[in-house]
Amino acid sequence: MLQHVEGAATAGAKLRIDNVALRFTPKTGTAVTALENISLDVAEQEFSVIVGPSGCGKTSLLRLVAGLIEPTEGAIWLDAKRVTGPGRDRGMVFQSYTLFPWLTVQQNVEFGLKLRGVAAVERQQIARKYLAQVGLDGFEQHYPRQLSGGMMQRVALARALANDPAVLLMDEPFGALDSQTRSLMQELLLNIWQQSNKTVLFITHDVDESILLGDRVYVMTARPGRIKEVVKVELPRPRHVDLLTSEAFMTLKRRIMHSIHEEAVLSFAADEARRG
Amino acid sequence: MASFLDTYVAPKKEIPRHTYLAVSFVVTATILAVWCGLSYGGLVREDFLPTPGAVAGAAIAGLGDGSLAVNTAVSVTEIMSGFIIASVFAVPLGILMGSFKVVEAAIEPVTNFVRYLPVSALIPLLILWVGIDITEKIAVIFIGTFFQQLILIADVSRGVSQDLLDVSYTLGATRRDVVARVLIPATMPGVMDTLRVTLGWAWTYLVVAELVAANKGLGYFILNSMRGLFTEQIFLGIMVIGLLGLMTDQLFKALRNWMMPWATSP
Repeated sequence: MLQHVEGAATAGAKLRIDNVALRFTPKTGTAVTALENISLDVAEQEFSVIVGPSGCGKTSLLRLVAGLIEPTEGAIWLDAKRVTGPGRDRGMVFQSYTLFPWLTVQQNVEFGLKLRGVAAVERQQIARKYLAQVGLDGFEQHYPRQLSGGMMQRVALARALANDPAVLLMDEPFGALDSQTRSLMQELLLNIWQQSNKTVLFITHDVDESILLGDRVYVMTARPGRIKEVVKVELPRPRHVDLLTSEAFMTLKRRIMHSIHEEAVLSFAADEARRG
Repeated sequence: MASFLDTYVAPKKEIPRHTYLAVSFVVTATILAVWCGLSYGGLVREDFLPTPGAVAGAAIAGLGDGSLAVNTAVSVTEIMSGFIIASVFAVPLGILMGSFKVVEAAIEPVTNFVRYLPVSALIPLLILWVGIDITEKIAVIFIGTFFQQLILIADVSRGVSQDLLDVSYTLGATRRDVVARVLIPATMPGVMDTLRVTLGWAWTYLVVAELVAANKGLGYFILNSMRGLFTEQIFLGIMVIGLLGLMTDQLFKALRNWMMPWATSP
């Protein structure tokens, strides 16, 4: 079992999001506040999940942490170093399929290593190790177009892990998959996380997924996105998909669903009002 | 029981390979048969529509005295020179134009203007500027293809997924890495398709290119045959251009499949 750092909001946070706001002005229309007053700390080896209604800005938050966009206010810190741009210490798995189509599965996994000049033999060993972990040995020489959606996301996960990031960012990685594949992927991710000790920040709109995976679930409000509630998930690990029917799980689920439902209603009402 | 309509005329539905070939064969054969019927049957005057035999005769004569080979070689040289020079500049510039707003702002207005000018309208200027030798012909082909390539390749480059670039940054890529290792390879299938299509267009400018002061080339051959009402030679010239176009097209298709086995076919 992993030893989890208690009380994440301490000075020893691995990843700290400090009072971040994100505003932008679309080409047509008035300024939009996508995110406001976001502060959260992710402890070393913690699995944090952000759950919220669609359009609440959760993907923007993850892109801020990745350094792909800049916050309007506030700052993001990783290991007490301020985030100023993207870097390999924050690996990311996207919802869309982002494998390089011209590279084989193995070359995809080696991509980050090759950029850093890791020798070919070592690259190959690392790639094979992670491909085995995601259950894709034997597929090294395949091209992405020969794979299913679930397999592509497993390669994307292996590619992120092979690069050994300090934090793994996951933006609804299983959102495009069918429900059977999704639950298999959740099991797989739980297994891998149990072995790898990675610090993870995971985004989803699926409440079941957030509880099943997370140590801590952050519920976001409708736009402008703020953290509405933090729910600590103290379900024993290692976890399995059958947890979904347990009483303890249901209790947490009721609480989070209720919280999200309120926000969904608010955002729906706001949309209606805007459209008159 | 599936009816004939359900089996053969449902949108996007595959039909058996032999049926496909049979339909292609029947239509092509019908066109040839109609041509034979009209020309051999004497229904149309011979200086309007030559017989297939007369065209074959013109081909044999052209091959015999070497004039067909010379004209073809001249035209291929002009087309390939214009096309290659255009591609060498259009490919990198188009990729940059689609992905860097600065480049787009710099060259898109000019490109969109020139793109709509008929190439034939520029011929007097070209004669004034570059003369009437082969350079003028190459310049016509160049102008005809370059600006079209630029716009099409910029679109290909614009279509590269932002997520693909972003994921590269999170894997530690620098901006230079992203351009060299992600953006450029990601555009390659689209670039190849654009080159294939615009090479076809380059052939269509051939007659325009050889309109003035030419004394060799397939376009000249056709124009010159018209003056003498050698209709069978006009047909021969057109057919040679068609066949060369078809060959280069198939060549490009094969090249793409060979170079990019990872890409889905167009």
